[in-house]
Amino acid sequence: MEKVIRGKAFIFGKNIDTDQIYPGRYLELTDPEEVGQHVMEGADPGFAKEFQPGDIIVASTNFGCGSSREHAAGALKAVGIGAILADSFGRIFYRNAINLGIPLLVCPHIHGLVRKGDILRIDLTNGLVTNETAGATAQAQPLSDYVMMILESGGIKPLIRKQYGQKG
Amino acid sequence: MHAVEKILAKAAGKEKVVTGEIVNCRVDLAEVNDIYLQTIRSFYEMGGKKVQDPKKITFILDHYAPASTIQQAENQKRMREFCREQGIELLFDVDQGVCHQVMVDHGLVYPGMVLVATDSHTTIHGAFGAFGTGGGATDLATIMITGKLWFRVPEIIRVQLVGKLPQGVFAKDVILKVIGDLKADYAVYKAVEFSGPLLKTLGISERMTLCNMTTEMGAKTSYIQPDETTREFLQEKVKHEYEIYFSDASYPYAAEHSYNVSNLQPQLAAPHSVDNVHPLENYIGKPMDQAFLGSCTGGRVEDLAIAARILKGRKVHLGTRFIVVPASQGVLLEAMAKGYMQTLVEAGATFVTPGCAACLGTHQGILAAGETCISAASRNFPGRMGHPKAEIYVGSPAAVAAAAVEGRIADPAKYLD
Repeated sequence: MEKVIRGKAFIFGKNIDTDQIYPGRYLELTDPEEVGQHVMEGADPGFAKEFQPGDIIVASTNFGCGSSREHAAGALKAVGIGAILADSFGRIFYRNAINLGIPLLVCPHIHGLVRKGDILRIDLTNGLVTNETAGATAQAQPLSDYVMMILESGGIKPLIRKQYGQKG
Repeated sequence: MHAVEKILAKAAGKEKVVTGEIVNCRVDLAEVNDIYLQTIRSFYEMGGKKVQDPKKITFILDHYAPASTIQQAENQKRMREFCREQGIELLFDVDQGVCHQVMVDHGLVYPGMVLVATDSHTTIHGAFGAFGTGGGATDLATIMITGKLWFRVPEIIRVQLVGKLPQGVFAKDVILKVIGDLKADYAVYKAVEFSGPLLKTLGISERMTLCNMTTEMGAKTSYIQPDETTREFLQEKVKHEYEIYFSDASYPYAAEHSYNVSNLQPQLAAPHSVDNVHPLENYIGKPMDQAFLGSCTGGRVEDLAIAARILKGRKVHLGTRFIVVPASQGVLLEAMAKGYMQTLVEAGATFVTPGCAACLGTHQGILAAGETCISAASRNFPGRMGHPKAEIYVGSPAAVAAAAVEGRIADPAKYLD
């Protein structure tokens, strides 16, 4: 896993629920590429076209609240999200994203410090977020050791495979 | 320690846990529903061959019950095959209903257990003094392989409920008021406990509604101390031995709130967030294209009973669709035996077989652009029940039934004298 992430920011407001990240009518889809085509469709129908792999989402409070659907994190993973910064996250979305190896950082007040298209640099080791466009910095809460271990393994799947992989 | 912490400590094989600690807990029951085929994929991606304990896993086909597209049918077919291959006997098929109600009906939920399901409303099982929490597909696959899952021991918020509910006001109105005051992210990463004398007057159904909706404040889990009402309810259903945990008097709550409900009015969550809560009277007269009664939040026997009482001898307003979905087969059978289904269908309700139905906008009552709906379910996010330009008002089952009669938002109290 890259410890330093650099990408272009997309901005979302508060309480972006997982129905907006991945609308219910597409829940029957299971292929990651198909799932990725509908990413953020309920919040910004133009997002999937504009998004480039490695780009970063910056949101206000409670990003990913609502339904437990892993499709929400899966869709963001499928399009190659670089990282997500938010004032806070819905807890199931947080788990799902970390499990899939997506770096998520709780960064209080970040939403007010970034504009769409700004280039951000995130250092996961110390939580320092630099807005290279605006010349500002912000401090994210450091990731817990357990979460860092999952991310460093590339998500929980490789970790469990290593720890518990069943033979036979 | 709090009772919730004692549950987690026991499940983690520890004497003591503290707030913020990460613990790896034994999971007593893991439930997977039919929008989570990814669970099976993740299981194999993680190197899984055989599930750790097939008796502790249940599959419930509720979100697409029964399938309405080929893709849904394929996903359900794969789940049935997986259950067969893995010796998972607790497969509840499309005749059974919404996972949470099905698990309760079948005696799978008991105090002190750790229950993880692929559904955010798993907080509902706090009504029985269980630790219930939602997870995603990969979390559930982790449990299938290891029998365990990691949790952060949450801070706990206490909500004291006192007073007596006025006519036309229900547990749903109470929890909407609480969410409206404290907001959608208030309890993120935390647990919410309900206590106080009002609980003694609330049956299991209303307690389930309170706990279910804590998800809409972001809660990780919820808790109501089991009492005589709980024991009596579980007596017939639960065969599993269980232990009831009690909180220490010295437990330091992260926050405490008190609500006297004696003067509470019916509440509605207006579009497009569940914390946009106002007194129902602010919206009286607003035309409704659809009224939705169902889901794990508002589809129990008590909910159908209050609706039948309001619809008895009346008709659903011409031009308004009244969709009624019993939460489970058990609920449907009891509602039929008591005549509620007869009353509702004769009044002009559209009956949908048990399942999640239109609550999450997949099928069976989808809204068109610009339409309005009053819902006894839990959410009114943009696009939740269909078109993002549809408007959803979340209220009590009685408020839904009153709107079905008038074709517009109405005070249910006048139908309950």
